[in-house]
Amino acid sequence: MLPKQTGERYLLSSSPHAHARRTVSSLMLDVLVALLPAFCCAVYFFGRRALFLAGTCIAACLVTEALCRLAMKRENTIGDLSAVLTGLLLALNLPPDLPLWMAAVGGVFAIGICKQAFGGLGYNPFNPALAARAFMLISFTGPMTTWTASAWQISAGGMDAATTATPLAFIKKGAEGFDWSQAALLKDLFFGNVNGCLGETSALALLIGACYLLCRRTITWHIPFAFIGTVFLFAMVEGGVPPLVHVLSGGVVLGACFMATDYVTSPITAKGKLIFGCGCGLVTMLIRTAPTGAYPEGVSFSILIMNAITPLINRYTQPKVFGK
Amino acid sequence: MKTVKAQFGFRGGIHPQYHKDLTADLPIERLPLPRTLAVSMSQHLGAPAKCLVKKGDAVAKGQLIGERNGFISAPVHAPAAGTVTAVEPRQGPTGGWADAVVIETAEDPSGAPVLMPPLDWKTASREELLARVNDAGICGMGGAGFPSAVKLAPPPDKHCEYLILNGAECEPYLTGDCRTMIERADRIRLGVEIMRKILAGPAVRIAVEANKLASIAALEKAFADIEGNVEIVVLPTLYPQGSEKHQIYACTKRLVPPGALPISVGCVVENVGTVAALADAVENGVPLTERVTTVSGDGVARPCNVLAPVGTSYADLVAFAGGEKDGVRKVISGGPMMGFNVPSLQIATTKTTSGLLLFTAASVFQYSSSPCINCGSCVRACPMQLNPAYISRAVEANDIAMAEGFGVMNCLECGACSFSCPAYRDVTQFCRRAKASIRAKAAAKAAKK
Repeated sequence: MLPKQTGERYLLSSSPHAHARRTVSSLMLDVLVALLPAFCCAVYFFGRRALFLAGTCIAACLVTEALCRLAMKRENTIGDLSAVLTGLLLALNLPPDLPLWMAAVGGVFAIGICKQAFGGLGYNPFNPALAARAFMLISFTGPMTTWTASAWQISAGGMDAATTATPLAFIKKGAEGFDWSQAALLKDLFFGNVNGCLGETSALALLIGACYLLCRRTITWHIPFAFIGTVFLFAMVEGGVPPLVHVLSGGVVLGACFMATDYVTSPITAKGKLIFGCGCGLVTMLIRTAPTGAYPEGVSFSILIMNAITPLINRYTQPKVFGK
Repeated sequence: MKTVKAQFGFRGGIHPQYHKDLTADLPIERLPLPRTLAVSMSQHLGAPAKCLVKKGDAVAKGQLIGERNGFISAPVHAPAAGTVTAVEPRQGPTGGWADAVVIETAEDPSGAPVLMPPLDWKTASREELLARVNDAGICGMGGAGFPSAVKLAPPPDKHCEYLILNGAECEPYLTGDCRTMIERADRIRLGVEIMRKILAGPAVRIAVEANKLASIAALEKAFADIEGNVEIVVLPTLYPQGSEKHQIYACTKRLVPPGALPISVGCVVENVGTVAALADAVENGVPLTERVTTVSGDGVARPCNVLAPVGTSYADLVAFAGGEKDGVRKVISGGPMMGFNVPSLQIATTKTTSGLLLFTAASVFQYSSSPCINCGSCVRACPMQLNPAYISRAVEANDIAMAEGFGVMNCLECGACSFSCPAYRDVTQFCRRAKASIRAKAAAKAAKK
């Protein structure tokens, strides 16, 4: 037997003994901060409705998270801020006039079914906010596709009318003779003077947030670049509506920068992220342009579909060992 | 001789806080001879030396007290004159136990130190020089302590084309190599010339990280008129730049295949401190019995670079550095990224003790891990381009075979993954566990045969 060591008054642990001191909650906080400009825009365009919807979604998510953890006899995880982020993202994906109880149901579904049922943060196969949105789109089809809060003014190009449709619904209808390349339209899309979900109006606000995330290295450029690039290229080849209109309208920027980049449900390597982003862009455009489809927008579904094949992408994009 | 910027960087790596300013400008100080020394027979990886003395023996400074015992092994010498008071198992810095010769040092040594005859490297044969490197117990002073005589005698079918001097010292806090390059640049030059002769004239690359400008300047001065193909390669400051494989890549663009030694791509890598020690052994006949250790951290009153005999207890080093301050919570032997956490100061230095760090509560983080969120920080940080996230999940599920499939045996255990994990998962530790388990299994299989 070996002699016993004396004087053990120090902590013992295995190396490394240094840490970057970045935490899950600080990453989530980064994303929340990055969403602030978009949220402010939502409040500007839709007023109190935006505040109510976001408050309802976040509260529903937090309560569900806490109750689920309690029921599962696991430690409370609302401190990691992921539930707050899911709530805010869900709210940004809802139309401004949605009844609040529906938003609450969405929040409960996002956390209860899409996240905690799988074991909590890190185990969910689908982006909880998007899965909840898909659920709501099927359950509350009418309210989820009604845009009455603000009237989108199309003043140029011979169509002097107020419309309650989103730009994408307008595209799907096939607005013959409409001048899609006019500067006024692009300006509206960029600054947010259009109909849509809370978070998908102003591309500028979203891009400011995305830049913040890139600078903080919270996300990498791969998924947003591949996603938006594919949408652009597809639209260019398709030759219908100008590519920039496709990129700036609907949820492309929000989806590419904030939803598809969700760590848990996207591939882990750079190569995998590029494939994932391209896939998202491709499916989005297929849904948007398919003449037989009923949906004018495909961002949510494209990300959910790509979430499903993320394990497969991961399997085939493992990094190559240094020296091999 | 010229100074060049490294052409080939590796992917991955991290930027920890270096804290080198605590000691980088402080000259090396010699520790007054401690009263007792505990010289371990296990100074490095490989077989421990065979002890040649027993309790009650008188030893002279430089006397051989442990002889080479196996292929990967190096002899051990008495760092000071005195009396052997015990030969007993002691815990080493890495946590393992090995026999140590405890020497009560004589206050007034009467006998002269036992030295080997000085050699003139220009006239001595390669065999003589190599024998001296072996007899002097020279081993790598950077990390694992691989015996130099083994490195310098490559198998007959291999030829060394590049001798790379590792002066990266990428671990935070440590400045011993940095100071050695400044203060002993001429010794390093002599060592290089000797090693060049032993290795039959390879090109020489001295790899130093860009954050050691004073070291680079000192080396440039010392090597100014050296003949032959010698370059100082300035590496970007990035952890783990000191890794052998990554340094070889930075200097030569050669990739060491998984599981292979540097000589397989014609390279020999040796730490700068080792090269200086080798010069002492040849020209002065002095065996390796002392080394520079950086004593630092926010729990030390007076951070410093100390030249101390092998076998000095950590308590003596800390006392020399002004003692503890502000309630020390953690003691690390080596650097904070790969160093070993030791339970007490009753541990003695070895030939590989590059640093002794004392941390207070302010520098120690205690944490609990949460599940992996797949953020990919570890994948981006891993210098070996592994997928630490998947390896750690496989080990968590006790699927060691899957971890092996993900290439865990290539892991350097550099700690970059754990460092960058926002979920504070023990990623490096999981890899370590998998490696140990795979090695144990292989050993059991070999024993059966």
